[in-house]
Amino acid sequence: MVVTLSPSSAAPLALGDRFDQAWRLPLEGLLGLGSAAGADLVEVFLERTDHLGVLAEQERITSVSPAFGMGAGIRVFRGERDGFVSTNDLSEAGLRRALEQALGMLGLAAPSLASPGPSAFNGLAPLRDFGASKADWLVACPALAEATARLLEGTDRLQRHGAHLQARRGSYARDWQEVLIAASDGTFARDIRLHQSLGLNVLAADGEHRAGAGRRYGSSGRPDQLASWDVDASAQEVCTSAGTMLYSDYVEACQVPVVLANRFGGVIFHEACGHLLETTQVERGTTPFAGKVGELIAHEAVTAIDEGLSDGAFGSLSMDDEGMEPQSTVLIENGVLRRFLSDRAGERRTGHARTGSGRRQSHAFAAASRMRNTYIAAGPHSPEELIASVEKGLYCKAMGGGSVGPTGQFNFAVEEGYLIENGQLTKPVKGATLIGEAKEVMPRISMCANDLELAAGFCGSVSGSIFVTVGQPHIKVDSITVGGR
Amino acid sequence: MDKLDAPALRSRIESFARAQGISRWDLGAASSSDSSVQVDRGEAKQMKAAQRSSITVRVWNGEGLVGITSTSDLSDAGLQKALSGAQDASAFGNPDDSPAFSPLATAPLQTLEQPLHEPRGILELLTSLKDAERQLLDRHPALTTVPYNGLAERSSERIYLNSDGACRQQQLTTASVYLYARAEQAGRKPRSAGAVRLAYGAASLDIAGCINEAAERTISHLDYAPITTGHYTCVFSPEAFLDLIGAFSSLFNARSVLDGVSLSHKDSLGQSLAVPFLSIVDNGLNTGNIGASSFDGEGTPTRRLSLVEGGVLQNFLHSEATARAFGVAPTGHAGLGAKVSVGPDWFEIGATPGAAGAALGLDRHAASGQNAAPGGGLVLIDSLSALHAGVKASQGSFSLPFDGWLLQGGEARSIDAATVAGDIRTLLNAIVGFEGEAKVTPDGLCPYVWVEGLSITGEA
Repeated sequence: MVVTLSPSSAAPLALGDRFDQAWRLPLEGLLGLGSAAGADLVEVFLERTDHLGVLAEQERITSVSPAFGMGAGIRVFRGERDGFVSTNDLSEAGLRRALEQALGMLGLAAPSLASPGPSAFNGLAPLRDFGASKADWLVACPALAEATARLLEGTDRLQRHGAHLQARRGSYARDWQEVLIAASDGTFARDIRLHQSLGLNVLAADGEHRAGAGRRYGSSGRPDQLASWDVDASAQEVCTSAGTMLYSDYVEACQVPVVLANRFGGVIFHEACGHLLETTQVERGTTPFAGKVGELIAHEAVTAIDEGLSDGAFGSLSMDDEGMEPQSTVLIENGVLRRFLSDRAGERRTGHARTGSGRRQSHAFAAASRMRNTYIAAGPHSPEELIASVEKGLYCKAMGGGSVGPTGQFNFAVEEGYLIENGQLTKPVKGATLIGEAKEVMPRISMCANDLELAAGFCGSVSGSIFVTVGQPHIKVDSITVGGR
Repeated sequence: MDKLDAPALRSRIESFARAQGISRWDLGAASSSDSSVQVDRGEAKQMKAAQRSSITVRVWNGEGLVGITSTSDLSDAGLQKALSGAQDASAFGNPDDSPAFSPLATAPLQTLEQPLHEPRGILELLTSLKDAERQLLDRHPALTTVPYNGLAERSSERIYLNSDGACRQQQLTTASVYLYARAEQAGRKPRSAGAVRLAYGAASLDIAGCINEAAERTISHLDYAPITTGHYTCVFSPEAFLDLIGAFSSLFNARSVLDGVSLSHKDSLGQSLAVPFLSIVDNGLNTGNIGASSFDGEGTPTRRLSLVEGGVLQNFLHSEATARAFGVAPTGHAGLGAKVSVGPDWFEIGATPGAAGAALGLDRHAASGQNAAPGGGLVLIDSLSALHAGVKASQGSFSLPFDGWLLQGGEARSIDAATVAGDIRTLLNAIVGFEGEAKVTPDGLCPYVWVEGLSITGEA
């Protein structure tokens, strides 16, 4: 097929304020040029965003920050190599310039518009419009007045439920995104995404004693999330945590069994293992699990899943950022490695088939294989059974952030911890950090409870910061290094 | 990169603001053009380029309340939408803490020596990086890959304008290279370490120095052993100590003080914070600060500011609003917002001139031979990780993984996975002394810093 851009390429693309069928011809023109230049695959990602952030502190709204954005990311593959160019310029000339720059990175030159020559590109498929049913999402979101009122209600409830509170914060973020993806393999898809997150945080201080606590709640595709938020229960949970930890002692460094609570406790699997099951890590040679599909890499009690399908979950999506519908991907089944998370580049470079996991923060990032909703599946035990099985150990009720290093070493901060003594929770402790290596810890997850829950979070990695959920039931790790004082 | 045209931008904004009944406004605009490459075992892995432009506009409504909006759409429609959004947001401005124009937004700026370099182009960057990767891998048979690497160049421009006539503009070119190597030996855990270099242009980058440092650091971690959990005297590398101070910079941040999330209070100025020979200065104008800004988000000139002298807290970092609340002048450390953020530029850390103790402490330590560690020895902390997760700035505590060595019996051995934990105020008062010349790093200037009695978790 031979296609050309319109002759008036210096003019902005006057295609209205939404991405739709009107973009078919200009996008086919770009893809045709890239294909005719010798690219194996050309992909164009168009984006418009509408963000609102609101912050309440004590009794005041202290920040309202709207932001609008738009841009394009153009990626060209040739063999296993790729070139990627992003731009805010969505004019026809701007997009063509970006394409030429991406082609040039691979030693390719765009043919002239007058005689583009033959191309393997056969045109775009019919538009798959996942956004068609979501057109009213943005207007259905709470108005600014409602958002500010709910946050002030939150900081007021914190004041009611807490003691010794030095700082109280409520935050709300609404991220609306419209994307249009076109690729020279015919992919042509549009979507609208809506993510909202709410948070409450406190800092409690009494003399030299200080403790902070916070909770975040996030959803996708639920314009009514703010209205349905149980602000009182959230405030109570945050204040209870801060109050408990305020006078707690620092934990002593030790090597002990640990019971990790459900919901955000799943960050341990996300960091310690999930990242190592992304094909970006296989490409870099930085995962110990490369080449181990079919082998036992975890305790037989562990089954782990990554999916983009759970209704309303923060990491759910109708299609990934490469236009592929998401799947439920069983990563580990009864301890056996089944699958890696893969994107276009991962498939080309490692041979692992795409899983609808190509994700990016924005048009400014090339997509990469990333997690969505990632969790350890529920097991047969009650949480109480897990705690009762530990003679001396640590119960991690609330986890903070963590990270994994290039050789698989991980660490997680424990926000709210309790000693386990003779199968009972005893005194609260703070300052604990869980330290280990994925390869060593996965076989030590010996018990999973029956109370799986998910929690919203943000994951920062090679393709930027993205919305994810982590999750798990209560789990028991037979032995782990606990950093402390 | 399309150059930002400040007079034209002012003219457009004035026109659109007038049409919307906005008489008081300011804005920050930025545009940049970036190119970067990554390689993998002699082949190009990814090549990237980006052209970005954005604008953040603040408006004051009739009640003096401020609203803000950001956009990457610099078309007429985009600017009009941004002004309208800011106008809407101003209805929710905070009457207790409303920013104003900086009184220093038209004060003279210090001229910075920042040569502008022509871009070398992405294919030249690729050739250089492939060569650097090969040279690094040739250094030792155990060096198998350089999984994290990059060579980038950037051309950028930023503008600050306000409706009172202030106009700031700065152009800059920068380049960076990072090489993070991985070493593997049979039957041993993989080890990794890296190095980074910055310059005003790719042609000026010290790539050879980056290769040497990455190779030496990675190889030095090949022979490793666990460390026994206990309390040790630790020696922080300049990079590690600067990272730690940066993570606790809310100690010096007036915004954090006013928000109640700093360990410092309004009356902490003049009080002792650290050992009496510690000096901490924020100096974005230091010639070692590659890519320094000559003005902050509110147009206030960047300046040198003493934070700690002789162990005593001297000043806080300020925006216009926090400075007004403290009755001082803005210090050039502001962002641009409805609630303006405040942050440090570039630290200079060392001994207070004339203060006794910095060298004496080291002598005393050597003479006493005391060490609380079970096996004795010094811990040299080369780099800290996971500061976002392991630092509780508002509580003062930290628990951080690190790469480093145990120095014992005249030998240095790399430490297997370990963390260092403590309280920043305790640490600042447990500094024994400084060693070596202050080193210029991307985050500041600092010598090696000796600290007594830190808790290290290794093997329990």
